[in-house]
Amino acid sequence: MSENDKILELKNVVYSFRTYGGEVKAVRDVSFEVRKGEILGIVGESGCGKSVTAQCIMRLNPEPPGFFEGGEIFFNGKDILKMNKKELRNIRGRDIGFVFQDPMTSLNPTMRIGKQIEEVFLGRTDISKSEVKEKALEIMKLVGISDVEKRYRQYPHELSGGMKQRVMIAIALVSRPSLVICDEPTTSLDVTIEAQILDLLLELREKLGTSIIMITHDLGVIARMCDRVIVMYGGKVVEKGTVSEIFYNTAHPYTKGLMQSIAKLDTQKGEKLKPIEGTPPDLFFPPKGCPFAARCEYAMDVCKDNPPLEYQVCKEHVTSCWLQHEYAPDTDIKKQGAVAIEKGEVK
Amino acid sequence: MLKYIIKRVIAAVLTIWVLITIVFFLVRLMPGTPFTSAKLTPEVAANMEAYYGFDKPLIVQYLVYMGNLLQGNFGYSMKFTNRTVNDIIGETFPFSADLGIRALVLAVSIGLVLGIISARNRGKKLDFFCVIIAVLGTSIPDFIMGAVLQYLFGIRWGLLPVAKYEGIEYTILPACALAFYTLASVSRIMRASMLEVTQQDYIKTARSKGVSDLRVTYKHQIRNAIMPVMTVLGPTVASVLTGTFVLESIFAIPGMGKYYVESVSNNDYSMVLGMTIFYGIFLVTCNLIVDILYGVADPRVRIGKR
Repeated sequence: MSENDKILELKNVVYSFRTYGGEVKAVRDVSFEVRKGEILGIVGESGCGKSVTAQCIMRLNPEPPGFFEGGEIFFNGKDILKMNKKELRNIRGRDIGFVFQDPMTSLNPTMRIGKQIEEVFLGRTDISKSEVKEKALEIMKLVGISDVEKRYRQYPHELSGGMKQRVMIAIALVSRPSLVICDEPTTSLDVTIEAQILDLLLELREKLGTSIIMITHDLGVIARMCDRVIVMYGGKVVEKGTVSEIFYNTAHPYTKGLMQSIAKLDTQKGEKLKPIEGTPPDLFFPPKGCPFAARCEYAMDVCKDNPPLEYQVCKEHVTSCWLQHEYAPDTDIKKQGAVAIEKGEVK
Repeated sequence: MLKYIIKRVIAAVLTIWVLITIVFFLVRLMPGTPFTSAKLTPEVAANMEAYYGFDKPLIVQYLVYMGNLLQGNFGYSMKFTNRTVNDIIGETFPFSADLGIRALVLAVSIGLVLGIISARNRGKKLDFFCVIIAVLGTSIPDFIMGAVLQYLFGIRWGLLPVAKYEGIEYTILPACALAFYTLASVSRIMRASMLEVTQQDYIKTARSKGVSDLRVTYKHQIRNAIMPVMTVLGPTVASVLTGTFVLESIFAIPGMGKYYVESVSNNDYSMVLGMTIFYGIFLVTCNLIVDILYGVADPRVRIGKR
């Protein structure tokens, strides 16, 4: 992969919220990149910072109380954090689309569907009104909305949940952005509709070559959709790599815990799923060391107070876990040949 | 939509009928009659009662009254000799309505703007300023406001006439005094409603489309936020347009308010009834209009549309 293939790169992003109760450190030093045409999954449990990270990219978090404490976000080589309001507006909708979690509340109830799709083109002088309408109708067809002329004039309450999510996807895709961020796009839909929407996204990726960031807490969705995965926990990236590496060569106890906690096809009757004991860390006072240490069955003394180094397991697989250290005991997590990546020394 | 409107109109007519009936019998429960006055001998009073038909059974009187009412006839006032209630309303209502409309235009426009500005600048100085106006407006009674305005603009600075109603400059002070309360409540409701809408997911969607902040406010927020304001506006319009007793008294405006209040203490049956029915019809109509406007503002309310 050459540098040019990266369309988005987050470098050491730290994002917090100032609240009355104190400062919530929602995203703590997150780095990853999105490549052209790939689907990148971000997985983690509720409150691990997935959505905040995603919304950081388009700066959609309410600011204040949210603010960047540090880091850089490069989109096509330009730092989003240094952009002014106008530049940012030009990127939103045009170059990056966003599909929200709940289609029921994410559409304006008092505005016609067509109008809401067309709003993406607002303020653009290079395209005429009739072309805008044409594009809107075209994208509606593309995302599988039937009877587009009629739907175009309808209001959101006249559509079903699945249809609304299709409209959301149409909004995100209408100006053919190079990146679409889907924040749990199927969580509030039922399973059959979920399958349809996921297929639709895959199909659109094929047709349009759009990169997709897929945020979910469903490993099934990850396995089905994604090329690479980022596992987040306590506001940090704990493991990232290709889907097969993450699933078949798991190198972090949290990822392993996630996999054990879901039912598989070969789960026997009477066999119990294994939940991860405990609760996620309080991000008002994030732990000094590894965020997962308190719940980790492999935890060692070093884990509590020292943030783990990043270890390169193989070319496309990085994990932040002390178990990869050469002095760490042999466990099923420890991978042979894992090498620490730069940064500080072990104390 | 048409079916919806017809249904609402029928409900409105029924409401008014119930109102008339209740008021008709309630007035008769008041102690005394219009003719309990020291000047009248019992014989004269009895004659008068017979003349007005008060000696007949109540139910007959009710039917006769309803019959007249259906022809738009409110009957003669019992206190103001030889004047019909229709005449009195016809003479006084234009003053009240004129003042009321001025006050309403002022209150709604400024109230909405203040509410919107306030919500957009939440927690900043501008918001604080708007909130202070809202609190003052809702807590200062209109007659005190009226007196203060009269003192400052009329007496202290001599800019505007203190009382009476003889030209546009006369309307400014009473309209402001009348508008202040409504203005404050409109701005308060609009602010709260705007802030609630700001939290909605579709506002985030709009921002994710690259829509500018200003357009988000006027295209996405205002239309969704205006419903609660419309709700309070129905009854407010009715009460503001039909005049207020106290303000009309201190500004010496020949409006309806004075007659309404005095008719009760005078036991002027036909006046009380006439005024109440007039006010009632007005109120019900305003609410009906608001109901229909809901459908215009919010497509989800357009029931039975085919």
